[in-house]
Amino acid sequence: MAERVGVFVCHCGSNIAGTVDIEAVVRHAKGLAGVVVAQEFKYMCSDTGQGMIKKAIKDSGLTRVVVAACSPTLHEPTFRRACGDAGMNAFLFQMANIREQCSWVTEDRGEATAKAKRIVTAAVRRVVNHEPLQIKEAPVTPAVMVVGGGITGIEAALRVADSGKKVYLVEKEPTLGGMMARFDKTFPTLDCAACILTPKMTEVKDHPNIELMTYCEVKEVSGYVGNFKVKVLEKPRYVIQGKCNNCGECAKVCPVVARDEFDCGLSTRRAIHIPFAQAVPSLYVLDPKSCLGLDPVRCTRCYDACEAKAIDYEMQPRTVELAVGAIILATGYELFDCSRVSEQYGYGRFPDVYTSLEFERLCHASGPTGGKIVRADGREPESIAILHCIGSRDEKHNDYCSRVCCMYSLKFAHLVKEKTQAKVTNFYIDMRAFGKGYEEFYRRCLHEGMDLVRGKGAEVTDVAESEGEAGKLVVRCEDTLLGGVRRIPADMVILSAGLSPRKETHELARAFGISRSRDGFFMERHPKLAPVATASDGIYVAGACQGPKDIPDCVAQGAAAAASAISLIDAGRIKLEPIAAEIDEKVCCGCRMCAALCPYNAIEFDPVKKKSRINEALCKGCGTCVAACPSGAARQKGFTDLQILSEIEGVLCVNL
Amino acid sequence: MEYIYYPGCSLKGSDKPYEESFLAVFRKLEIPVRELEDWNCCGATLFAGVNEKMALGMAARNFALMGTSPADLIVPCSACYLTLNKAKKRLAEDETIRGEVLKALGEAGYKGELWKGRIRHPLDVLVNDYGLPAIEKRLTRRLRGLRAAPYYGCEIVRPMCLFDDADDPKSMDRLLETLGASVVEWSLKTKCCGAIVAASIEEVGLRLNGTILREAKRKGAGAVVTLCPLCHFNLESMQDKISRELGEDVRLPVLYFTQALGLALGLSDAELGLRRSLSPQLVLR
Repeated sequence: MAERVGVFVCHCGSNIAGTVDIEAVVRHAKGLAGVVVAQEFKYMCSDTGQGMIKKAIKDSGLTRVVVAACSPTLHEPTFRRACGDAGMNAFLFQMANIREQCSWVTEDRGEATAKAKRIVTAAVRRVVNHEPLQIKEAPVTPAVMVVGGGITGIEAALRVADSGKKVYLVEKEPTLGGMMARFDKTFPTLDCAACILTPKMTEVKDHPNIELMTYCEVKEVSGYVGNFKVKVLEKPRYVIQGKCNNCGECAKVCPVVARDEFDCGLSTRRAIHIPFAQAVPSLYVLDPKSCLGLDPVRCTRCYDACEAKAIDYEMQPRTVELAVGAIILATGYELFDCSRVSEQYGYGRFPDVYTSLEFERLCHASGPTGGKIVRADGREPESIAILHCIGSRDEKHNDYCSRVCCMYSLKFAHLVKEKTQAKVTNFYIDMRAFGKGYEEFYRRCLHEGMDLVRGKGAEVTDVAESEGEAGKLVVRCEDTLLGGVRRIPADMVILSAGLSPRKETHELARAFGISRSRDGFFMERHPKLAPVATASDGIYVAGACQGPKDIPDCVAQGAAAAASAISLIDAGRIKLEPIAAEIDEKVCCGCRMCAALCPYNAIEFDPVKKKSRINEALCKGCGTCVAACPSGAARQKGFTDLQILSEIEGVLCVNL
Repeated sequence: MEYIYYPGCSLKGSDKPYEESFLAVFRKLEIPVRELEDWNCCGATLFAGVNEKMALGMAARNFALMGTSPADLIVPCSACYLTLNKAKKRLAEDETIRGEVLKALGEAGYKGELWKGRIRHPLDVLVNDYGLPAIEKRLTRRLRGLRAAPYYGCEIVRPMCLFDDADDPKSMDRLLETLGASVVEWSLKTKCCGAIVAASIEEVGLRLNGTILREAKRKGAGAVVTLCPLCHFNLESMQDKISRELGEDVRLPVLYFTQALGLALGLSDAELGLRRSLSPQLVLR
């Protein structure tokens, strides 16, 4: 029986009709083989437009439908649904994109119309070869994995757990807290970071629905939305949880002194240590890199000192397998590496040049100086320069604005004023006080009496050019308000470094099958309308791993990602796209080339029949096996050779 | 392989010692160099701002003289090096201006495409082509006891940085270390010497060169080693006046890197043009 095709051409207001002669396209469609109905409408996606399609299916007995409108990523689901509502199999529908690929990118009306005709012809030729496909459903595992135990991950974990679902919170450091745990005070309210963060950390630890997995790293992710399988590597702490009572006797006797990462190397710790006083879990960890060797023959001082017998040198790494329905990535950021501007700003060359994170630790009551702001030689500084936009808004480094630096720089200026007599100068390009209460905080800081120089610090040098500069660091900059170059001496320089994607972002993106934007951060599905979703269903991103963010935005995104994961799980079942590969057993020669190439491990081999077989639940329909199969046994539903070749013919054959 | 050498005006005039030492060193190392025949002005640094087409035309005539030669063009003067490299880039990227320049050259009798070879600084050639280990083998003495402050100036690294780091160039440091000298760690490697402004506004020249010389002294340098004719001239010529004005002796020998290398290769003062030096005589020997 010949197929009865209906073609529906959308104006999209003036988006398409502005450059494409719709009437001509409709006339052309009417003349195509198999087309029994060709109609146009201003907005095909509207209720009225969809109604037209449904009515035509019923009245004219359509067996195939083509809508010529926008990109299928936008409205394919809409029109499939409309076809399904009218009793047709939704996959007997084809979308012809005459907007993104035609009207928007073609200036000449004649050319655009001709191209639209070709695109419509291709879709009609293709759709007659479509086959009905069935959507399958699968159950959803009612658990969520949150990766990253900073403020974003903590918030996401708590929100999911409160809804009654199981949460695995995976953190690669030995403690929760992330970057925020290292901050002193937080802008603009000047809350102490620890005071607002640590109660949440404890809440996570005590929550019955959260399984806290610190010192753990995700190694492998497989499966699909609703049914992910994750392999997590638990690194050995060499200290037994449950036995360690946090008495600290071990660290007192440990002979090894190492640089304390938590304090950015500004202080020291022992090989066996606790990252900070309020760490969660409240548990010591033995760092095998600095330990004398985990060898009882060399040193057993910590073992001997531990009354609780909590130290186990034999502890081995352990792989844990998790089954979860959704994944939230909250892996955070890292500070821009200031050693890259060592020549320009003297970081690493001059002892009194600090990064912003180092300065946070200097200000912190439990930091290396007990919260006293002092120079490397112990003297109190008389003047401090704060240089904004280090590594940010800079063609040589990161193009983007890191958003938080203006505000934390003002916070630093305030803290300096509070704790010392020093004169403070901020060097800024633009002052960006974008959040709630931020502008007010800016004004408050101005009234406290600090200097602001509009101009990015060009250089920090120790070469004095006058008496007043002798023995000091000198910041050289172009003051763009004054219209001249200035040299401003200071005892201490703080580099307000920007936020960069973490080094492991690339590997994580690969492991989780999500993409990254040009700046290196994880890419969201839509910058405005789907900011925490990703192109992979069931995987969400939140916080600074998606782009620089302040604490309120991180918390909001953590909660948003949690809500998305909860609604996915509460739906109970998940619909699987039927566009998957299949292997014709009769043709398959059992060479297993497909299985070797499949990125999703979706191809199984039947050793008895010596044939390959697709696991439809795992197949993502990428088509790799179809392209590779030497015997033509692998075939992609919805993308068969016949469908694609007839589509290509349609593009090429039009006689215009 | 043979290199073609483009001298530019400085090396034939005020900076004769640079040419002498450069050629002597290359001869000693047996690196074949031949001067580009009938070369003309590079187009000069500032002139492109007045008449870009003419400036590019001047640079392009030199390229036309290279014809289809596969040889690298060695340009010791930092200003020529930058100007020629910039002109080459501009002509490669802008079709319109390339067409006009080629047309003008055609009318003057130069036919064909634009020359496609590389424009190299002798420091780049010595360090990256000849190689420091090979240089070390040829040394007849070590410059032990010389504390050298390597001074690169601006044009070798900015805005085009073709063989080193723009903020912290190291090629000359490594060369000097190979020669047995100790290298001063300082912040002013690529600081401005005042360039041509030092000649027209004396105060600027005195201040900038004063800073460089004083800092080199403060860091214990026994000599400043440079690779640019203009830097060399500025650093040398104002030493007495700066010392008087600052009331502080900032006098220091200023050497070309080719002169330092020549000394370690056993070449004589005369061969290296050291007798023409304006700065204090070296106490190296």
